[in-house]
This record gives sequence, C-alpha cells and structure tokens, in this order.
Amino acid sequence: MSSVAEATIDRVGDGSAAPAPSYLDDGHSLRSWLTTHDHKRIAILYAISITVFFFIGGLAATLIRLELATPAGDLVSHDTYNKLFTAHGVIMVWLFLIPSIPSVFGNFLVPLMIGARDLAFPRLNLLSWYLYVLGGLIVLVALALGGVDTGWTFYAPYSTMFSNSWVAVTLVGVFVVGFSSILTGLNFIVTVHTLRAPGLGWFKLPLFVWAHYATSVILVLATPVLAITTLLVVAERLLQIGVFDPAHGGDPLLFQHLFWFYSHPAVYIMVLPAMGVVSEIVPCFARKRIFGYRFMAYAILGIASIGFLVWGHHMFVSGQSLAASLVFSLLSFLVAIPSAIKVFNWTATLYKGSIRFDAPMLYALGFIGLFTVGGLTGLFVASLALDVHLTDTYFVVAHFHYIMVGGSVMAFFGALHFWWPKATGRLYPEVWGRIAAVLIFVGFNLTFFPQFLLGMRGMPRRYHAYPAEFHQLHMASSAGAVVLALGYLLPLFYFSYSLRSACRAGANPFGALGIEWQTRSPPPTHNFDRTPVVPEHVYDYAPPGPRPTRAPAAGAKAS
Amino acid sequence: MSGIVDLASDAGLSWLGGASSVAPRYDLLFAAMVLLCGTVALGVLVAIVAFSIRYRAGAGRGDAAAGRRTRAIEIAWTVTPLVIFIGLFVWAAHDFVALYRPPADALPVYVVAKQWMWKLQHRNGRREINELHVPLGQPVRLLMTSQDAIHSFFVPAFRLKQDVVPGRYTGLWFTATKLGEFRLFCAEYCGTEHSQMLGRIVVLPPAEYARWLGSGSEQPSLAQYGFARFRALGCSGCHDPASTVHAPSLEGLLGRTVHLQDGRTLVADENYVRDSILVPGKDVVAGFAPVMPSFAGQVSEEDIQALVAYLRSTGAPAPGDPQGARR
Amino acid sequence: MTAATAAAFVPADVAHDGRAAKLGMWIFLATELLFFGGLLVAYAYARTHWPEGFAIASRRTDVVLGTVNTGVLLTSSAVIAFAVACAEDPAQRRWTARALALTAVLGVVFLAVKGVEYAHEWREHLFPLAGFALADVAGAGLFFLLYFVMTGLHALHLLIGIAGVCVFAGATRIAKPWATAPRVEAMALYWHFVDVVWILLYPLLYLVERHA
Repeated sequence: MSSVAEATIDRVGDGSAAPAPSYLDDGHSLRSWLTTHDHKRIAILYAISITVFFFIGGLAATLIRLELATPAGDLVSHDTYNKLFTAHGVIMVWLFLIPSIPSVFGNFLVPLMIGARDLAFPRLNLLSWYLYVLGGLIVLVALALGGVDTGWTFYAPYSTMFSNSWVAVTLVGVFVVGFSSILTGLNFIVTVHTLRAPGLGWFKLPLFVWAHYATSVILVLATPVLAITTLLVVAERLLQIGVFDPAHGGDPLLFQHLFWFYSHPAVYIMVLPAMGVVSEIVPCFARKRIFGYRFMAYAILGIASIGFLVWGHHMFVSGQSLAASLVFSLLSFLVAIPSAIKVFNWTATLYKGSIRFDAPMLYALGFIGLFTVGGLTGLFVASLALDVHLTDTYFVVAHFHYIMVGGSVMAFFGALHFWWPKATGRLYPEVWGRIAAVLIFVGFNLTFFPQFLLGMRGMPRRYHAYPAEFHQLHMASSAGAVVLALGYLLPLFYFSYSLRSACRAGANPFGALGIEWQTRSPPPTHNFDRTPVVPEHVYDYAPPGPRPTRAPAAGAKAS
Repeated sequence: MSGIVDLASDAGLSWLGGASSVAPRYDLLFAAMVLLCGTVALGVLVAIVAFSIRYRAGAGRGDAAAGRRTRAIEIAWTVTPLVIFIGLFVWAAHDFVALYRPPADALPVYVVAKQWMWKLQHRNGRREINELHVPLGQPVRLLMTSQDAIHSFFVPAFRLKQDVVPGRYTGLWFTATKLGEFRLFCAEYCGTEHSQMLGRIVVLPPAEYARWLGSGSEQPSLAQYGFARFRALGCSGCHDPASTVHAPSLEGLLGRTVHLQDGRTLVADENYVRDSILVPGKDVVAGFAPVMPSFAGQVSEEDIQALVAYLRSTGAPAPGDPQGARR
Repeated sequence: MTAATAAAFVPADVAHDGRAAKLGMWIFLATELLFFGGLLVAYAYARTHWPEGFAIASRRTDVVLGTVNTGVLLTSSAVIAFAVACAEDPAQRRWTARALALTAVLGVVFLAVKGVEYAHEWREHLFPLAGFALADVAGAGLFFLLYFVMTGLHALHLLIGIAGVCVFAGATRIAKPWATAPRVEAMALYWHFVDVVWILLYPLLYLVERHA
C-alpha cells in the first residue's frame, strides 16, 4: 500500500461531545475487567499490579537508604535489614522489572503494531496475569509471615541449610510468577509469527516488536531453568538432601551455575524491551529514521543469543575453574558490542534531526546516557583482574542500578508518557512530565554515582552497618534517593489528574509513525475500525514541517 | 576480637593506596579503563547534548534524508570496539592468571571461615581470630574453607578477593608491599552478622613478624599437630609402609600424579586429600580396594588442614604446582 | 487520520488456529526441554562426582517394570500417531476417538505400573528421607532424589497429557468443531514429548552399570 509520507499530528480529539466507544467502555463492572480476553485490558491490569509492587519494593529501598545514611545499624536490626534488601530485590526483579514493559506495553501494543486484533492466545494472556498476581500474593504472604533474608540470589547453602526465614514460600511464589513469564513469551512469539498484517514483513516491523520477540525467546528458554532451580532449593530445604549443600554431598557451585544461567539472560529480559521503547521514541521526536535499522534488529538478536553464554561472569571469584572464567570473560566483552552499536545508532539518529524535548524524549535521552554509563561499567566487571576487587562491592550495585533503573525504569516511564494518550485517550500535563523526568534523572545520578566510588574504595554489598570512612558517600547517596523518590511520586499525581481532565487526546498527538497511531485514542476493542495501512518503511519520518502546537484543532473544545 | 576495627592508617582505602604486589597492575588497568570508558561516555554525552542543541526543532537544520547510508560507519563502530575489547580482555586475563600462580616459597596460612568470624592458623601453629599478621615482601598463600555458608575473603587494599566455600579449599596468594593495617571484609552475604565479619591484615617488617610468630604460647606446628592426628585417627594403621593393609603411600603425595581405578588421572592437591578423607569412595587409586572408611563427622576443618600440612611436610611440593586449591 | 481505505478491519489470518496451536505447542515444548534440562544438568554433575554411588543406586531400581513401562509408552506414541492420521479424514472420526481413548488407557497403565514401582521403593526405604537404605553410599541419596523428582515430574506431565487426550477423545467422538486436526496434532506433539523425555530418563535411571 502507499507509504505514509507524513504523520500528521492529531493532538486533540475532534471535540465531539461523545467520543466513539473504546475498549474502556466495553463493560464497566469489575467482573468485565477480571474476565477480559482483551490484550489492552490485560495490559491495564498488569499496569496497576506492577505499580503496586513497584511502590512496595520502593518502600523497602527507602528504608534501606534511610538505614545506610549513618554507619551504625541503628534504624532496624541486622535481620530486618537483610530481609529488606531481599524483599527489594525479589519484588523489583520478579514482580516489577521482568513483567514491566512486556506485560504492560508489549501486551497493549504488539497486536496494534502488527495490525492484529489481539494476541494469538488471549485466554492464555489472562491466565498469565492471574499467575502473576498469585505468585505476587504468595511472595507478599512470605513477607507478612516474616520475610526472607537470603538476598534475591538465594545462594546455597545459606538458603537451603542456614536461613531461618520463609525461603520455601517465597520460592514457590517466584516459581508461579515464572510460569506467567513463560506463557507471555510463548504468546508473543506465536503472535509475531502468525498474526502480522498482510505485507508486514520482518524487516518492516518496529524495533519494539523485534525487542519483544527476542525477549520472549529468552523468557521461554531461561525461565524454566529458574523453575527447576527453585524446585531443587525447596526440595533440599524440606528434605535435607545434598543437592547444593556440601555437608550432605552437594555442591554450592552447582546452584550458582543453575541460578545464573537464568538470571543473566533475565537482565536482558529487563533491558531489551526498554531498548525497543527507546527505538520508538527517538525517531519520533527527532523526526528522522532510526539510524541503521537492520543493524539494530541484528543487535537485538545478538544480545539475546550471546546473553545466554555469559552467566559465569557472576562467578569469577567463586572457585570455578580458570578456564571457565576466561571463556566467560571473553564472551562478556563480546555481548557488549551489540549494545554499543545500539547506543551509537540512537545518537546518530539525532544527527540532523529536528528534535523536540517532550517528556518521552527526555526519558529516552536519559536512558541512552545512563545505559551508556551502566554498560561501560559493565566492562570493568567483565575484566577478570578488575572484577576480583570490584565484585560483591557497591560498584556492582551501582552498575546494575544504572542499567535497570537508569535504563529500564526510565524507558518504562518514557513508554508510559509516550503511549498514555493512546491507551487512555487523555493528555498528561507536559510541563509536569518534563519536571518529573529531570527530577528522576538528577536524583538517580545523585543516588547511584557515589556508589561507584564506594565500591572502588572497597565497600561491600549487603552490609547493614559499615565503617565510618564510607559515611560521606552513603549520605550523599541517601540524599539523592530523596530526590529520586520525589521524581517517582510525581507521575502518580499528574497521571491521575489527567484521567479526570476533560482534555482528550487525538489519535496521534506526537505525530508518530507506527500502525498503533492509525487508530483512535483509546482504541476500540477490536483495535481498528478500518484496515490499517502498512507503511513502506517503518520509520519514514517526514522532513521537518511547521512546528506542531498544543493548540486544539479548529472547532475543538479547549481543555 | 570482634566488632568494627578502627584503623589509624587510611592507606587501605584510597584507591591509589594499594598495598600488595598486584595492586599497581590493578590500579594501572583500572585507570586505563576509566580513561577509555570515560572518553567514550563523554563522547556520547557530548554528542547527544550537541545534537540536541544544534538540531533542535525550529533551528531548521534538520535533514530527514541524512543517515541513510550507514553500513560503513556501522562496521567501523562494530570492529573498533571489538578490537579494543579483545585487548582489554587479554590484559585483564593476563593479570588474573597470575593470581592463580602462587610462588613456590609462599608461606601457607590456613583459614577457616564461619558465621561470623575468621579463624586463621600459621604453619607453626599460631592461631589468630579476625586478624592476620604477615611479613612485608614475602608471598603468603591462604588455603581457605568454610564451616557453613559461603563467605568471601576481601582485602580492598590488596585488590584481592576470593570466595570461601564449604566442602572445598579455595586459595588466595599475595605479597604485601606496605607496612600497616588493612581492612578485611567478608564479601559474600552469609547471614545475620555478615556486616560484622570484619578483620584486619597486619603487615610487619620480617624481623618483627618472626618475633611475633614465635611469641605465641608454645604449641605444636600445624604439621606436628597434623602428624599427631594422623596417628590418633588411625591413618598410619593402613598408610604406614610397615602396615599389613595394602593402602597407597602418602609420602610426598601433594603434587604427585595419581592414577585412579576408573582410568582417570589427577594431580593430588588439597581438595583431593580432603575428599579422600571424607568421601573415600570417590577417587579410588588404581590397584587398591575401596575399603577405606569415611572420617566424615570425626574430623573438623582444622583437623583436615592440619593433616594437609603434615602431608605437605613429608615431601617437596612440585615446582609450579598450580594452586591446587582451585578445581 | 492517514489516507486509509474505507475497508472494514479484517484481522489477519483468522483461520490461523492450526498454525498457531502447533507453533505454540513447539515453543511450550522448548520450555519443557529447558525445564527437564536443568535436572539433567544436575544429574550429569552428580553422576560425574559419584559414579560408584549412582551405579549402586541405579541397580536398586526395578528394571523389569521400567522396561515394561517404556514399551507401554512407545506403543501409546504409535497409537496417538495413528489417531493424528485418522484425524485428517473427518470420515474416520470414530477411529480417531478410539485411538485417542486407547492412548489415554496406555497412559493410565504407565502410571499404574509407576505407582507399583513407587510402592516397592517405599517399602525398601529407597526414598531419600530419614531411614534411607543407602545412606552410607555417597551419591545414592542424590540419585534417588533426582529419580523421584524426574519421574515424578514426568508422571505429572503424563497425567496432564492423559487428561488432555481424554478431552480430545470425547470431543472427537461427538464431533465438537474445535477439535480440529491441527489441534489434535498439537496434543500428539505434547504426548510424543512426554514419551521422548521418558526415553531419555530410562537409561539414565535404570541402566547405569546394570551388568556389574
């Protein structure tokens, strides 16, 4: 079909008094929501649940940073502190980050982006959400019973033999959530293979779809290994068999291999969808094609595949063989290359663009900067000799927070702002959106950059109390966390406000390309009223035209 | 002595104040990485800021047709990082491998970690808790195991760390190059008082170290103690050359190549000795019946370390013996 | 709004259920492979460390019943393959249903034999709990833990398969429209996978150094 030469900006709806019914109008009862098969409603269900877990995990982080503001362990007991950082890790990894972008934005957008009516298995999708909620509730029950103090990494034999906390219950919760992940991944893969609109070849797919496809492959192949690992830990804990405990003939390193075989690809589950989001936002707000589309797609596949081969870089000082360490280090350097390509390509997309700095773009630019720092510090810990000093210190903590929070969470917020009008039919207040973005960026750096310095100076991880010489850096970090928390709380308010404001969004407030923007905001239940047009080139943004304004179209009601 | 140790010297904390023979190499590599990564990060950030300003909407400098022919530059910025990364890998790997090659004259110290303290024993039998005295300029080799969970022996001033794992020996060697006291941390989460599992390394001039070593209460050397256990536990009943029971000779065992019943061959190291004491059926020597009973439950970790020290004293270790403590 | 045709939206490839179901099943089987794969890794690791213990423990499994079960499961795979062939032809609906029913029966036979085996092993104190018969053989406890976890998970998957096959058998008999040939094939894929897992487990669990 003809290419979409220009994406006209349709910011505000045509102002008619009663907008056409959307998926949000398709039943208002709680039951209609809890028994829905609509991928868009399921995405909203996920959005609400992960937000709840985000703030619970964030509460744990707040208490941690409060405690660490002073060297003495004076806010909570040793055991409570250990349970806090465990809760923070378990909740943030499994109940927030892993589902976040795929289950909210992947669910909402993948069918829209490929011109389909829904995912391949809509009922399986709903089951995924129920499994997620069930697993999450089990984890919360474990917390309520007294929590678990093993760290989110559950290293044996501490977790199997020595911890006096609710390890088995927590791991059952994780096991259940794992199946939610597997089913979501399965659904996405089959959807992308079988439900693309006619004419939508693989190399016309948005990078967001590529990213979710690759993420789904990882979900499907890595999560089962986590399932088995949790099963074996629970079995050892309940039956006292020596799978991992040397006192009974087991091997603690076997646990680490099994655990990290999943948990390293898991970080790519957390970052690839974020990269997909950034690849949608940057071309739109730079009004330019993404630089090197094919390389970007291949880089996604490269990250996903090589990412399965590097798990041993978490074990350089564990006692594993020298040969294994050498191989894992080399592969870890190699996996950095496709990520580097992506950063360079995003930056090059800005060159000779026509850049606007709406909130989504601020988040995307923040992602690129912070992911670059996080990725480069990953090279430090991939270097064998350096990792000997840096592993298990705050350097690693800073490294992974730069990627997961500076990267994935920022991308999540970028996605939230970018597709908020599409999903809700409302416009968020742009000024507040930008303020929050800046607050989060600044607060994040204030919180986590000092942690690189702490690690370089030898401050170990998971320490409740610490020697006085680390006080200043910890205090700086805790102060930064206040700013970061403020930044995270702001959107709660202005997004809620936007839901009640009268100002409605048009189909395409940002003038973006992509099939999802061809339908109304919010979309009808069946996604499209008219057959969508498959563009010739997925990111064919027009030359810069007249600047779009927020002013409503003629005849429309002002907000 | 438990609790947080106050140090007079800040030498162990400044990241330029390394105190071991490997610290200068580490600091050089680290500085090089900071320079390289800092340059790249700065480059990317400057580019983003510069493009954001120069190509902002309304500046009229945009050209949507730019950046269409990408292959050459893509290949360039794929291959260039690849080459640099391989270089970095080789550099770091080279330094790392050296950590696995303790000098033959390294002083052995035996370490047992437990929740939540470090127990150390010198060759002459002198014991320490949460402290390690070492001489300046002399290689020291730690042979470590844990009694319970996984711990990790971390001395930031030395730029060294090694997990201490139950059920096996892991090793760490260093040569202290500065006098003073340096922090020892446990770096692998091990339970309630993980953050209290602190200690210090005390580096003394060699003469003072020798005085310190000899000044402890009179007790047998570790090897002597090991010999006493060897007799008391009945090992010599079978392994003595005069015994009527056909059992492998243990003289100079460490470092020797051993042929096993199932056709495998291995070099006897501390882990092999430990396994043979606790799980004798695991690696049976070729030509011998698997009749050795297990001593699991009858020997403590310190006992096993003492027996190892005794065996080591019965024969010269093989030159360039790879640090046998790692599998 | 972009210049779009006035055609009403027809979602892509509505008749996709065959392709989607089979593709979905293949992916699901890939996850199952990784799931059992983790156990196989643990098995390989442990067997390398305790070859003697594994051999001694393996000889205590009931190789006669295990072999019988292998035969039962292989036969059931042949039967369900026949059912898939019949499903291609709507006229052979009755035979499809009968073949599916026979498959389920064979599956139940397998489970019954397995139950008998477990009962024997319980009586002989081969469950790796307190009072384990081979407590002094290093590695035997781990062998039997893996034996019960692996065969137990396998049995669970077989049970789910039996339930699914029964549902399909009933649906085919009364000509339910959703029981299409591609879906029957997807069910058969699952059954074959359960069979393949058993074929992997059988020598690893029953045949370690039997000759000794």
